[in-house]
Amino acid sequence: MRPALLLLCACLAASAQAPYERILNSASQPENWLTYSGNYQGHRFSRLRQLTPENVSRLQVKWVYQFRNPRTEVSPLVVDGVMYLTAPQFAAAVDARTGRNLWTWERPLPADLQTIGFDRTNRGAAILDGTLYVGTLDDHLIALDAKSGAQRWDAQVADYRLGHCITVAPLAIRGKVLIGISGGEAGIRGFVDAYEARTGRRLWRFWTIPGPGQPGHETWRGDDWKTGGGSTWVTGSYDPELNLVFWGVGNPGPDMNGDVRPGDNLYTCSFVALDADTGKLRWHFQFTPHDTHDWDSTHVPVLIDATFAGRPRKLIANANRNGFYYLLDRTSGKFLLGTPYAKQTWAEGLDERGRPRVIPNTEPSEKGTLVWPSLQGGTNWFSPSYSPETGLFYVAVREMGAVYYKREANYKPGTFFPGGGETALSGDRARGAVRALEATTGKRVWEFLLHRPTWAGVMATAGGLVFGGSDEGNFFALDARTGKPLWDFQTGGPITANPVSFLVDGKQCVAIAADRVLLVFGL
Amino acid sequence: MPLLSVLAALALAQAPVNEAPPDPAQGQRLFESQCALCHGQDGRGGRGPSLARPRLKHVPDEAALRSVIRNGIEGGEMPGAWQLSPHEVASVAAYVRSLGTVRAEALPGDPGRGAKVYQARGCGSCHILRGEGTGFGPDLTEVGARRSAAYLRQSLVNPAAAFPEDFLYVEAVTSDGRKIRGIRVNEDSFTIQIKDSNRMFHSLRKDQLRELHKLFHESPMPGYQALASGELDDLVAYLASLRGEP
Repeated sequence: MRPALLLLCACLAASAQAPYERILNSASQPENWLTYSGNYQGHRFSRLRQLTPENVSRLQVKWVYQFRNPRTEVSPLVVDGVMYLTAPQFAAAVDARTGRNLWTWERPLPADLQTIGFDRTNRGAAILDGTLYVGTLDDHLIALDAKSGAQRWDAQVADYRLGHCITVAPLAIRGKVLIGISGGEAGIRGFVDAYEARTGRRLWRFWTIPGPGQPGHETWRGDDWKTGGGSTWVTGSYDPELNLVFWGVGNPGPDMNGDVRPGDNLYTCSFVALDADTGKLRWHFQFTPHDTHDWDSTHVPVLIDATFAGRPRKLIANANRNGFYYLLDRTSGKFLLGTPYAKQTWAEGLDERGRPRVIPNTEPSEKGTLVWPSLQGGTNWFSPSYSPETGLFYVAVREMGAVYYKREANYKPGTFFPGGGETALSGDRARGAVRALEATTGKRVWEFLLHRPTWAGVMATAGGLVFGGSDEGNFFALDARTGKPLWDFQTGGPITANPVSFLVDGKQCVAIAADRVLLVFGL
Repeated sequence: MPLLSVLAALALAQAPVNEAPPDPAQGQRLFESQCALCHGQDGRGGRGPSLARPRLKHVPDEAALRSVIRNGIEGGEMPGAWQLSPHEVASVAAYVRSLGTVRAEALPGDPGRGAKVYQARGCGSCHILRGEGTGFGPDLTEVGARRSAAYLRQSLVNPAAAFPEDFLYVEAVTSDGRKIRGIRVNEDSFTIQIKDSNRMFHSLRKDQLRELHKLFHESPMPGYQALASGELDDLVAYLASLRGEP
């Protein structure tokens, strides 16, 4: 037997065991990518150092995996030489050296399923111990044996006929699997759920729109809360010391007609900090009170331990869809700073508590109101990255304005409930960028301009690189300290996904999905 | 009850429920509140494709258009608007049709004479029309369905004032000083592809260019201000008659 083959057998035999402690200590095993963002802190940072500004220009495609669906958004997991991929109603384990399937799993899509206001997509899986967890468009959370793809359990999370869908990658922590929900354009009432990892029994549900008698309910009028939105379609982060889960909450419903839901509309457009054992709300911070521009705060919360104002702090950072970069204290939710990172024309700034000082007449109107950013935001669901080595927060930016319109909003279950729309400034009137911000101040250190607004996330590496993508198909590497472009590759399809990095045979690889394929690069 | 009234009542009772003609104004209201989030408030696209075009990819005919609105596109991203009544669906369909098609207007010129002006002035040396001509400028085969007579007149007299969307004239200067002028065929963050007036493609990496100018206010098309006004009327009438029909 040749050594390579022997090694492969060894790897596969030991594969697919990801106890909680391994995920917790992901920093000590950069050869794997064990959770959606690479670690619980939401950093999307690889500690691998083999790829550097000096050698990255020699990157080549090692293999390609083909999907059936377009605009793939998956962020793969890699555990001991096995890569786990997902697509709508689909999961696969593949040999990370060759891209060959080890198993696949599929679930039929109900004929009457509608995705209202978003693409049919799936952003990835979670792994814990020997089980892979996948959400489905028809609102099931499925547990699969990581070695065979056999189904262990199936939990129904919600009813797709009301506009709920699961597109988010679950978050697995000790003994639990957390999941969020899409449907913010269909007047759902959003939530974050936790399920027992072993059995699929629901342990708790946190409603993002508080019901009667709950704190925050007073920010809604009458029955408006019942169709209040507050989707949770991007994976949260976790602080094991505080035992808090942080999750981003989406827009209120209807999106663009705020007249029919007066008030701040908590906890839409907020980060919520939840007790991981009970789902009880510890704190919240609302970025955009009474949002009328569809600026979901469905972002990966980035947890940073750094010195702020002279003392070490537990921080949480967010480049928000509304155009501002925020830094909060994650023990309390206290606002520390906020500054624009993208063009915005709707707020003069933020007050001392972080509440926006809204410029009058920037709401959607009958005749249309031109505002930056567009409803897709200064950035969107795709991941930012934080490098503890440079202290920089990297974010892919969309510089695009839009004329916002307000229209009537009549709720009918399971249908569009937007209350308006936009005409975005497209073509050469819009562009994109990757920007590096000093994480503790929000000051821009560099930017790399992109031809058009992007839908691709970024990943920094300890080797001193930032990987990113473009809607025109470019996958590229920048110098993490200067933003200088060092390498680029035309993938042939729009990149609407996040990069990951891992080792194969001891060599650093980088993977990115682009339209219907996933490409793996190495030297 | 008089006999006539009875007959009228019977006729009404037997009429299909969706007999009322589609109401494009109602269609517009529904479109703007239900469809515009993806297709754009003016139907020119956003997350979803632009509908402001004479031919729609998934709808060969009126029945197909109504079916797509009502049921969505199977396997695609577009959900169906099953909550709409058949009459509302018909109204949205009528509005969508109006987005992509300019209504035929009564014009002073003569299309037959205009066709001769088109030939005599050599328009086909840059444009394609029903497969004939040269592919440098935009294809004109159905330009009359997409553009009003006023727009066509302006694009003839002052071409730079009436650009088609995503049509851009550019000038690149390579690191060795070579100048390339032409139409931007494609562009990404690292490269640009240009077609020059000899219909040659140029593939350029941006980091190897000394300069790249986007000539937003220039057009390679000459202005036809000097056309006799009758000729101009005829040419506009001819172009307006080009509606893509065989």
